[in-house]
Order: sequence, then C-alpha cells, then structure tokens
Amino acid sequence: MADITETRVTATPVARPRKRIRWDHVADHAILIAGALLMLVPVYMVFATSSWDAITVHREGMQFGFSDQLGTNYDAALFEYGGFTDSVNGVTMLANSLILGLGFAIGKIVVGMMAAYAIVYFRLKFATLAFWMIFTTLLLPLEVRILPSYEIITSITVFGLYENGMGNSYAGLIIPLIASATATFFFRQFFLSVPEELIEAARIDGAGPVKFFIDILVPLSRTMIAAMFIIMFVFGWNQYLWPTLITTDESLFTLVRGIRQIVQSYADGSETPDYGQAAALAIIAMTPPVLIVVFFQSWFVKGLTESDK
Amino acid sequence: MAQVTLNAVRKVYPNGAEALEPSTFTIPDGELCVLVGPSGCGKSTMLRMVAGLEDITEGEVSIGDRVVNDIDPADRNIAMVFQNYALYPHMTVARNMGYGLKNRGMDRGQIAAKVREAAEMLNLTEFLDRRPSQLSGGQRQRVAMGRAIVREPDLFLFDEPLSNLDAKLRNQMRIEIRALQRRLGTTAMYVTHDQVEAMTMADRIIVLSNGHIEQIGTPNEIYEHPASTFVASFMGAPPMNLLDAEAGQGRVTLPGGEVVPQAGVNGHTGAIKVGIRPEDVAPSAQGDLSFNVDIIEELGAQRLLHGKMAGQDFSVAVPKDQEAATGEMRLALKANAVHLFDADQGRRLG
Amino acid sequence: MKRAAFGHIGFPILLLLPQLVIIAIFFYWPAAYAVQSSFYAQDMFGFTSTFVGAENYTRLIDSTNYINALNFTVIFTVLVTFFSLGIALLLAVKADKVIRGAKTYRTLLMWVYAIAPPVAGLIGVMLFDQSRGNITQLLAFFGYEYRLGVNYWDTASAMIVVSVWKQIPVNFIFFLSGLQAIPQSVREAAMIDNRSGTSRFWDITFPLLAPTGFFLLIINITYSLFDTFGIIDTIVKGEPGNNPLTLVYRVYVDGFRGGDLGGSSAQSVVLMVLVLILTIVQFRFLERRIHYT
Repeated sequence: MADITETRVTATPVARPRKRIRWDHVADHAILIAGALLMLVPVYMVFATSSWDAITVHREGMQFGFSDQLGTNYDAALFEYGGFTDSVNGVTMLANSLILGLGFAIGKIVVGMMAAYAIVYFRLKFATLAFWMIFTTLLLPLEVRILPSYEIITSITVFGLYENGMGNSYAGLIIPLIASATATFFFRQFFLSVPEELIEAARIDGAGPVKFFIDILVPLSRTMIAAMFIIMFVFGWNQYLWPTLITTDESLFTLVRGIRQIVQSYADGSETPDYGQAAALAIIAMTPPVLIVVFFQSWFVKGLTESDK
Repeated sequence: MAQVTLNAVRKVYPNGAEALEPSTFTIPDGELCVLVGPSGCGKSTMLRMVAGLEDITEGEVSIGDRVVNDIDPADRNIAMVFQNYALYPHMTVARNMGYGLKNRGMDRGQIAAKVREAAEMLNLTEFLDRRPSQLSGGQRQRVAMGRAIVREPDLFLFDEPLSNLDAKLRNQMRIEIRALQRRLGTTAMYVTHDQVEAMTMADRIIVLSNGHIEQIGTPNEIYEHPASTFVASFMGAPPMNLLDAEAGQGRVTLPGGEVVPQAGVNGHTGAIKVGIRPEDVAPSAQGDLSFNVDIIEELGAQRLLHGKMAGQDFSVAVPKDQEAATGEMRLALKANAVHLFDADQGRRLG
Repeated sequence: MKRAAFGHIGFPILLLLPQLVIIAIFFYWPAAYAVQSSFYAQDMFGFTSTFVGAENYTRLIDSTNYINALNFTVIFTVLVTFFSLGIALLLAVKADKVIRGAKTYRTLLMWVYAIAPPVAGLIGVMLFDQSRGNITQLLAFFGYEYRLGVNYWDTASAMIVVSVWKQIPVNFIFFLSGLQAIPQSVREAAMIDNRSGTSRFWDITFPLLAPTGFFLLIINITYSLFDTFGIIDTIVKGEPGNNPLTLVYRVYVDGFRGGDLGGSSAQSVVLMVLVLILTIVQFRFLERRIHYT
C-alpha cells in the first residue's frame, strides 16, 4: 500500500480581483440587442406614426415620436367606413379575420386529427394509400395551383347551396385553405409517439374506438392541439393571396386583405392617403397574432419545431 | 377464477416469421405461471394472444371453459399489468383504476368503493387524487396493480412488470405481487426474462426459446432436471457449466483423459455434453477433477472461481469461509451433480 | 399503425372522409386542371379552348418576361436564404450562449413571425418610399438617390430586405432549438478538448446543427418562392410594371391580369415540378438524418 498523505491547502488571503468586464459577453449582448432592435424599430415606427396626422407623415415620412392623433386614427381605422362601397370598417374586417383564423385553425385540427386517428389506430387496408394521398398535398402550396383553384371554386355549386359558386363566402374562403395535410401529418407523428401500451390497456379496460379517442387520445393531445391551434390561427389570420382573389365583396374583407386597399390608394396618388390611419390599421392587423405568439410562446415553439420532424 | 388452456396455439406474422410454434399446456386455477426466456423467444407474444391483443394464427385459447379466440380483450375478464405501466397520464390514480369499471357501466358509488378497497390493499389511499407523473416508479407500479385488481378478473397477465424498477424495489415488489396473488387466489401468467424472478415467484415455469417451449415444470424440477442445455444454462446463476466430452465403454471422458464420475451413459457413445452446476462441486485434495483457477470474484456470501477444466471454461462457487487461491486445484462432485445432454440437439439424456 | 389497432372498417373510413373529400375537390382537381389547361389555349372570353400541345411551354422559354422572372427568382432566393439563415444563426448562437435575459431575447427575436407578409411589405413601402421613406432619406444623406418602383435593383433590394426581416424569426427559432438539443455532455467534452470558442463552434456545433440547417435551407427556398407573394405584391403596389417579379407572382399576373389560363397553368406545372424536386431532395436527406442522432 502506498502512503496517502493528506495535502492541506492553506488559504492564503489573496486580494480579490476587481470584477473584470468580460468583453466577449458584452459583444454577445450587443449583437443580441442589435438583433432585437432590428425587429422592434420598424414596428415601433409604425406605431408612433399611427399617432400623427396625414399631412406630417406625407411630408416627413414615418415618425419616431408620438403626436396627439392616436385616438382619432384608431377610431377612424376601426369605425369609419372606407373602400369603394363604404360597406366595410375596421371592426368588420377584424371580425372577418377572426372568422378566418378560427375557422381555419379549428377546421384543420378537427379534420386532421380525425384522419390521423384513422391512419394510425386502425387496421385499414388502404391506410397507406390514404396516407400518401393526403401527404402529397404537402408538396404543392396553394400559390402554385392558384388559378385553377380559383376557377373551380368560383364555379362550384354544392347541392345548390352556392348557386354562384363558392366565391364571396366564408366556406369558399376557408375550406380550400384546409386542403393541405400539415395538421394531419403533425398529429400522425404525435400519435405514433404515444406509447403502444395505452391503447392495449384501454382495450382491456373496455374502451372502443370512440371512447378511446375521447377519453384518452384527445386529453392526451391537449398540448399538441394548443400548439397546432396557435400556428394555424396565425397562418389563417395572415392569409393574403387567397382572400384577395376569392372575396370581391367588401363585407368579407379581412384586415390583411384590407392592407391591399391602403397600398392601392397609395398607388393611385389621386389624394393624400391617410397615413396615420393606415398605420393604425396595420397595427390592428398585427396585434392579435403577435399577442398570441408572445403569450403562448412555449406552445408555439413546440408546435413549430415538432411539426417538421 | 379459471384455468387457462392453450391448445396447439401458433403465431405466424404476416411476413412469414413464426413467432410461436404450436404450443399446448394448461395452467391450473389459482396458479402463478411464469413464462421465461430471452428476448424474442415468443413469451410476450403468447401473453398478448391470451390477452386478445394479438391475433391467433392457429389453435385455441380458453380461459375457464370458454374459448376466447374471437372475444374482444375487454370481454375476456382479464387484467394486464404492462412493463411501462401504461397508466393514462391525464387521469388521477382513482380514475385510472376505475376506468375499466366505468366502461362496464358500474355506478359511481360502487366504483369508488372498489377503488378505495384496492388502494388500501396497496397503500395508495393518500395518492388517489394524484396524477401518475407525481408518483415514484414503485407507486406507479402499484397503481397498475390496483387497476388490475379492481376488475376482479379471472386472470392476471403481467408483462415484465418489474423491469423498469431499480434492484431493491424489484425484490420488494416481487414479494408483494406474489403475496397478493396468493391472497386473491387469481390465476396469473407472468412474463419475464429474469430467471431469478421466475424461480422465486412461480408455481410453474414455462421456459421458451426461439418460439418453442423448452420445458414446463415447477422451479425445483427445472433446476434439478433441466430438459436441455438451453434450460440448464438459462436457469440458475451463475449458469451451469457445460463441457464437451466423449462417451464410450460405459463411461464419460473429458478431452484431457479424466473420467467424469457419477456419469451413467446408458449405452450412449460419441460426443456428449456434461453439465455441472458451479455450486455442485467443492475443492477437495482427493477430488477426481483438476481445475485451474484464473480469476476469483468476491460476492460477499460466496466466491466465484473462474478458470479452465480440461481446457474449457468452468466456474465454481465456494462459501465465503473457504479460502481460495489462483492456480491448480482438485474438485470433488456433490451427489447427483452430473447432467448429461446429447451434443447435437442439447436434449437431456436419462 | 399500432400493434393492437382496432379492426373496424366503417368508422375509420368515416373519419377519413372529410379530409379525403376536401383534398379531392380543392387539391387534386385543381392540380389536374392545371396540368390539363397547360396544354390548351383559351380565346379571350374563355368560350372555346383548343389543344395546342406543348405550345404554352415553348412560349415560356421564348418569353423575356418569364426568363427575367426566372433569373430574378434565383437571385432573390439565394440572397434571402443566405442572409436570413446567416443572421438568424448568429443571433441563435448568441442567444444560446447568454444566461442573463435569454428568455427576453428569445421573445424579442421571434415575435415578428406573427406579422403577415403584406403588413411587413407595407412597413417596407413606408420605409423605402421614394419621396418620404426614412431609409430613402438616410441614403440621400449619403448621396444615393433611392428610387423604389422606378429603379429595378432599388425595388429588388427593398423586397429582399423585407423578406429577410420577416424570415429571421423562423430560422432563429429552429436554430435555437437545434442548439439546445445538443447534449450538455458533448459541449463539455468539447470544452475539455478545445479551448478556442470559435474553432469549437466550427468543429462541433456547426456539424451538429447541419441537419437543422439543411432542413431550414429547404424551408427558406420554399418561403422565398411562395410565401413572399404578399411582400412583393405590396411593394409593387399591385402594379407589376417593370418591377422585379418572382415566378409565383408571374403565375398570378399572367393568370389573373393577363387572363392567360394556358400560360399561367404551364407556369404552375413548372413550379410543381420544381417543388417536387425540392421535396425529393429533402426526403432523401431526412432518411439520412435519422442516422445522425
């Protein structure tokens, strides 16, 4: 056996060095702050501008400071009727955006969950075929097949319900957007990760397909549903091209669709556009999705990063 | 209460792989029968066919006097405890345990009473309102047991229920499960790959390998009279030593020329396998066999001596009070220590 | 499919029906219609259409407008993808490193995800406006006359800047989650093996992030091709004129403004093939990605 001697380290009192500034940490923070400002400043400017009168903005561009027109501009953006037929104001557009966002999110989740449940939990002969048929829709975004989609949807008549096609209807606005399988794919992935034994235990406990779905699978998927809902709501709310094409009736305009009217009035140049009011409308259009993403951040990030695995 | 009968039950997967050769046996009412074997031997498949979670390719499974081949798992009146417990993560302990009863249409008061009774039996009363995620591994295991008990099934099915627990808890739960099953008197099938669990818990053991039954018997029969080299080396720790030897002229000779005592060959000649358990030999100056010790493993209660006999790997277990050193030594056999197996098939001879 | 899947037949078909009906009517039918129309020419009023074979396609190759759009799309995609990935990676690496304020930085760098592309485009129009845009004024101070909507590359740069700005958050979120998925033990092992933070990044972190990066590459290409429609439409103020346009915008312009169903459909088909190739590349890679971890 070797001798083991205990080495005692005597603590010599050293003058504690003054806290050093870690320059690499400062640089890290500087970069991050620059990034944050890059994201924040443009939107802040829009917000500040929404408190100014049209003339000032027309002369000097967007503003950094605040003026006294905030209330007037938002009041006008929300309640004043504008556009060509004077049939739409901010509140109506807000309601339409909400209908589009909610309808799209709920529709997509319900349809997607049902299909994913059928594919994962049933011994179906053509499940693979169905999966590939559904999966193929992920390949081609609506933008690619936009004209034929438009032609078909404006000419389609469903059981005499839409005599003049599905244009200018909420159904025509929402349902074609649901025709891609992101949610189905997402829920399929999640269902596949649910432990095998749960359905076995449930079957021994006497649960049939409906009971298993409602009692076990849906409660189990709550976080996933929430995550998917946030992403889909934002996606639906922010739709632009399809609403632009399919709604010519102004009473169906969404906020994002309304932005186009602003820009068009810019382009006309016939009269001084109401910049303050336009900025206010832009702020109104971005506030609900931004709030949802910020407040439900962890669900949102989870949904986003896990949907694409 | 019921006995379980498998009659020529066979499982072939759609890809043509045969997971289980036709198997026939009966588990008498009230017995705990352990299915043991290495992973992929077909033991879980067998259990899942009894549960109704896996289709039966051929043959009949009966629980009691009822053939259950085409009966839904929920209607077989069985209860199953899974390896990962398969508790419903979003339900409280009480709801987990009562879910099966609720689906049978039992009224709430009755369910609550049964759940309470089972919870008391398993010391779970204070956890009834918790979620599974708030419980420890052992507690989750108990909830899974409770879920099985409240159903008052004809048959318990256990699928490696202890393999997710640490060693200490495993020993404790082993005893608890055994005691509970005795008390309730419910027939049970128990799947494990751990031979210690099999030996300690079973009334009857079924040893499986590669989709066929190697041996059925009580723990004692399996240990004393292993039917094949597979059973001999799988059951018992440390495993039985198996030596290549030659039979002829009424005796068995090791490659070095030493004669194995106690070996009656019944007229068998040619290559043969000799099985000797490590605990069935003892160092002795007058011993018949020579053994060369390479490594000594201290286990506390005993020592394991690993080395070579006639040029082949061999282990000997000696009690802790017996000194041992590396190098040459002589070994004597205890009574009935020698098992003979045929060299090709590994079947027991005599 | 699960081992103990249900054996029912009618119920799962019922569950699949809504999805299948919707994709049949709103996906397969339009897609097939696009392929079919790409071989026909319609007269001006849409009354008659005649089979013209591959003429719509050959017309594309000869069209200067289309070739210009193709060239611009390539440049646009490369620049948007490069800058948005690069900036996001830098920010993600820093956000992963700092301890103080990590959550706040994360929030501040991702919230722009929720802003709709045309709203981002509107902000761009206001910043880059030819007479009163703040950036235009800033550039004028340095002696550069910036003319949005008049000068081709001035307009293009506005489109690129806004598109990059809008895409940074998505890339940031994925890079950050990719960085956080690298096990602590691997980082610690690397810290023992290598004292230089920079070379640790290139030797260890970057290769481990490669799967995320490749996935994002595809996502960003798709984004540049399709999701920037709203940005481009607002920046050109709905008036294509001589402005730079992407392929998707051409599909829209020729189809809805030009009323050229055949030509627009042929462009759709070309884009479909392009996306299909991208997806196949992505899938081949995804298969390999499984071995990565």
